[in-house]
Amino acid sequence: MLEIRWHSRAGQGAVTGAKGLADVVSTTGKHVQAFAFYGSAKRGAAMTAYNRVDDQVIMNHEKFMAPDYVLVIDPALVYVADFTAFEKPDTVYIITTHLSTQELIASQPKLEGKKVYTVDCIKISQETIGKAIPNTPMLGALMKVSGMYEMDFFKENMIRVLKKLPQKIIDANMIAIQRAYDEVK
Amino acid sequence: MADTMELRDIEVWDGNMAASHALRQVQVDVVAAYPITPSTPIVENYAGFAANAYVDGEFVMTESEHGAMSCCIGASAAGGRVATATSSQGFALMVETLYSASGMRLPIILNVVNRAIGAPLNVNGDHSDMYMGRDSGWIQLDAYNPQHAYDLNFIAFKVAEDHDVRLPAMVHQDGFMTSHTAQGVHTMTDEQGFNFVGEFQPMNDMLDLDHPVTHGVQTEEDWHFEHKARQQHALMTAVIPKLEAAFDAFEALTGRRYNLVETHQMEDAEIAVICMGTSVETAMEVVNELRATGIKAGVVGIRVFRPWPMEQLAAVLKDVKAIGTLDRSSPHGTMGMLFNEVSGSLFNTDTKAVLTNYIYGLGGRDLTKAHLVGIFNDLKANMDAGKPTTPLQQYIGLRGPKLSFF
Repeated sequence: MLEIRWHSRAGQGAVTGAKGLADVVSTTGKHVQAFAFYGSAKRGAAMTAYNRVDDQVIMNHEKFMAPDYVLVIDPALVYVADFTAFEKPDTVYIITTHLSTQELIASQPKLEGKKVYTVDCIKISQETIGKAIPNTPMLGALMKVSGMYEMDFFKENMIRVLKKLPQKIIDANMIAIQRAYDEVK
Repeated sequence: MADTMELRDIEVWDGNMAASHALRQVQVDVVAAYPITPSTPIVENYAGFAANAYVDGEFVMTESEHGAMSCCIGASAAGGRVATATSSQGFALMVETLYSASGMRLPIILNVVNRAIGAPLNVNGDHSDMYMGRDSGWIQLDAYNPQHAYDLNFIAFKVAEDHDVRLPAMVHQDGFMTSHTAQGVHTMTDEQGFNFVGEFQPMNDMLDLDHPVTHGVQTEEDWHFEHKARQQHALMTAVIPKLEAAFDAFEALTGRRYNLVETHQMEDAEIAVICMGTSVETAMEVVNELRATGIKAGVVGIRVFRPWPMEQLAAVLKDVKAIGTLDRSSPHGTMGMLFNEVSGSLFNTDTKAVLTNYIYGLGGRDLTKAHLVGIFNDLKANMDAGKPTTPLQQYIGLRGPKLSFF
């Protein structure tokens, strides 16, 4: 079982990101789950979304998760959210920030000794999609760090997932995904 | 003629999307709705299908849930296939009209996305609304995941609209835990889905002007009791055979099997939990892990909540030594519903299992695998002692001091 927790602000697209990832993974024959904690969500409120991936049908519906990957798509959440909750010794963190990985760890000592990767999904999405919607670039970064799928396969499937959007936005998302894939460190 | 939608064999849908597509595929004539979290996307998606010509029927926006169900009642009495969706406070506002729908024998399908009922206000999932509906005369089916939410809608239409049944049916799913959780859902083609249910066959429809009928009449002590007795007779005798036939037909079509009472590892189980919704599946996973350590644990899931499958449940529990009933609704002054129903189902049998009750998950509080392991440990101690070793009713996952009664 592969488990992923997203830390986001409501409106940044973590739910869409989690569901999009589940959709792509499902096409490879694996079983998936994507869900989120909302409450009465207000835009900008800190929230979490989740993915489970397994070779077997996923029966577990508990919200509790000890994640393999933690994806943080808002740069401020590493200072205000409990983003290391229930971490495992080998939990991998991919964090949106304008800082370098070393600078980030220096500013948030909780990350010391952890497997930490950084990428500026906010800047990438602003420069490509034209809005701070950091969800799809984070998936590009996840593909690089996890080696889950080849980029061509992933992008091909994301085009299908995003098919209801205007072509211009889909193209911009593909550039954002590729940039995050190339830039994550 | 509505456009056909091409679906992949497996779509990644949440429970709401799954229910929306089921409503689209059976081509409902009238959906009248007043959306409420977490069921909103069911009618929102459906309205999108209607606007994009995937639906021939009418989509009616009403001023309240009371109005939505009232509109459904009118449309159903007129002679159409009718459905809607609601949750929680909206369900509560519908209650008066739920009794009208069942009393008038109108086969309306209501998707209930189970949610807590305030105060305090809470949008998350528990079973308070589902429990509130249990004396309303509706058939109640319970989904544990998005696949079930899709499948059970087809079964609900097929059974409710059968002329030997003619009763409304609710399809329940857990708010957020199913309704907003995307999982792989095996789909039927539009043709397969529609043909499983078939064309709507009206009965005593008001728009059949050659055969005028009256619906929603007044009866006092002269006839009210006889009407209610006939309603109960249909629920008690007609529904279960029709459900079993529908489950068989659905399995033949899709390979997916549903049962009145779902069981997991019950063949030789000594201890078992009984629950509903997503908890059933989480408990199944816990049982698989406990079995690996040699503990003979099992799970019973209630699939058909009304009519209550008393005989089937008693048969499944025949050899069990200790049972935990898990209720996701505050019983407010008594034992949990499942404790009382299971007691009633076993009292006149030879089964003398130790029976205890757990209240959990109110307002969406997580039921973890660790909680379930704790419950199974209690049950094992009860079995070994041959009597309860804990209070009869315990609160699980509650913060602060432990709470228990009796």
